[in-house]
Amino acid sequence: MADEKGRGGLGTLVGGMGDHLRNSQVWTSIFRPGSPARADGGDSPRNRAYVVMNNVLYHLHPVKVKRHGVRLSYTLCLGGLSFFLFILLTVTGIFLMFYYRPTSPQAYFDLQALATDVAFGQLVRNMHRWGAHIMVLTVFLHMTRVFYHGAYKPPREFNWVVGMILLTLTLLLSFTGYLLPWDQLALWAVTVGTNMGAYAPVFGDQVSFVLIGGVQITADTLLRWYTLHVLFIPFITVIFMAVHFWRVRKDGGVSGPL
Amino acid sequence: MAQLPENLLRRAAEARAKAEGRPVEDVLAEMKGEAAPAASASAAAPVAAASDGGGRDLDADASKFGVPRSLLERAMFARAKADGTAVPAMAGAGAPGAPAAAAAPSAAAPTAAAPTGPPPGVRTQRLLTVVKAGAIQGTTKEPQDKVNVWPHLLAIEFVALLAMLAFLTLLSAFVDAPLLEFANFNEQPNPSKAPWYFLGLQELLAYFDPQVAGVIIPTVGVVALAFVPYIDRNPSVRPSDRKLAISIFTVFVMGASVLTIFGSFFRGPGFNFTFPWRDGIFFDDLKTLLE
Repeated sequence: MADEKGRGGLGTLVGGMGDHLRNSQVWTSIFRPGSPARADGGDSPRNRAYVVMNNVLYHLHPVKVKRHGVRLSYTLCLGGLSFFLFILLTVTGIFLMFYYRPTSPQAYFDLQALATDVAFGQLVRNMHRWGAHIMVLTVFLHMTRVFYHGAYKPPREFNWVVGMILLTLTLLLSFTGYLLPWDQLALWAVTVGTNMGAYAPVFGDQVSFVLIGGVQITADTLLRWYTLHVLFIPFITVIFMAVHFWRVRKDGGVSGPL
Repeated sequence: MAQLPENLLRRAAEARAKAEGRPVEDVLAEMKGEAAPAASASAAAPVAAASDGGGRDLDADASKFGVPRSLLERAMFARAKADGTAVPAMAGAGAPGAPAAAAAPSAAAPTAAAPTGPPPGVRTQRLLTVVKAGAIQGTTKEPQDKVNVWPHLLAIEFVALLAMLAFLTLLSAFVDAPLLEFANFNEQPNPSKAPWYFLGLQELLAYFDPQVAGVIIPTVGVVALAFVPYIDRNPSVRPSDRKLAISIFTVFVMGASVLTIFGSFFRGPGFNFTFPWRDGIFFDDLKTLLE
């Protein structure tokens, strides 16, 4: 009897502390109205709307979408997964930047050290590399999905063009990253790839010169492609992604059912 | 009683007259709460004609144009005021809203020579247009079948995200990214292959001149792909209506895939043809996975 009473008292105390915390100014200033973390954040149609509306998510999603648009079999989540992979590659990429110097021969030795000296270093590098390959795939599959649904038709014509730019930027991101390990695979794959660009008529040589920072790939190319890979191309990509997502909403969300 | 537009009133009167087998005018007058039109019309019309010869039958106009009588009256007042002429005598019954006034004018009309403006408190305005009732009704949006993003869409996205993260983590835990020997400018590996997503193009280089395979085909391909929405003007999204578009795109996707797979797995030393099951796979992107 006394035991039960004691537990009840403790439970009340803990519960009271929880309520006190959730009603505090700090808590309610962080979690905006509608959030399930709030004391008044129960499940109701109003709060379901608020979860999106009172949240940074409102930049990505409206409060409501067409029912068929959330069917996994329609979009296969390919666009969303591409975006998620971009974020994952940014996070893992920042981690790799802590341990990587874009100079020869340090670049190669840093990658070797990553596998032996750094906690989870090899795992993060693996995730970065396989994630990049998968992202090329998901972006390409996203494009085919959109084509087969005719989702590039008015009013979505321009968003298809933005998507093509993003596909190109994805390939460029992957290609510039390809050189950074500075091993035989990186060097010669990039040599073969850039040689193709040098065939361009009239200004092919100039393009090639600017791209690799010389007449052939050197350590200067490494620094140049590193800067492009971690700064310039992601910067451009983020801008076009913002336009892409904004247009998806402005053009009426996921295209209609077939 | 709310003032009904004359045309609606008339339509109702016609329907009722048809049902009861009575003359339309009788029913209309009854609905307006007036005496039978025969009496007032016969009394008022000659008077109007006598006063200035320009009297107009507002009731007739109202039903003819489908415009409420009160508006016609107001317009007439305004026009008279603007022209500086006397208001023409009104024929027919009084305004529907004021049936009591209808009796008096029959006597007063001959002497009411110059009521120069609208009654006090009435704002005059010109009638620009009359929107019929049918045109402004039925504009409500078609209801769409919608669901809340939270939880329906966000839950799916979150699960997809977790599945991708789990797959990637497991893959990375078991398969290392390749790291070959240190870059050596003096020793080109054989074969030298581009990153896998360019292997379709490298495969094309085996068939065509570099200008064609390395420049023209990819440039034309990317530009044509970017302009797809402006080339394909067919508005339908039904697959049965887009056989040509789907065929062309499928040929493109299959062609790119076959070339890429061919370049990845069926090309060996010297970029010569090889069977992967006979000579082994020369594809360093997946070197660690295949070992």
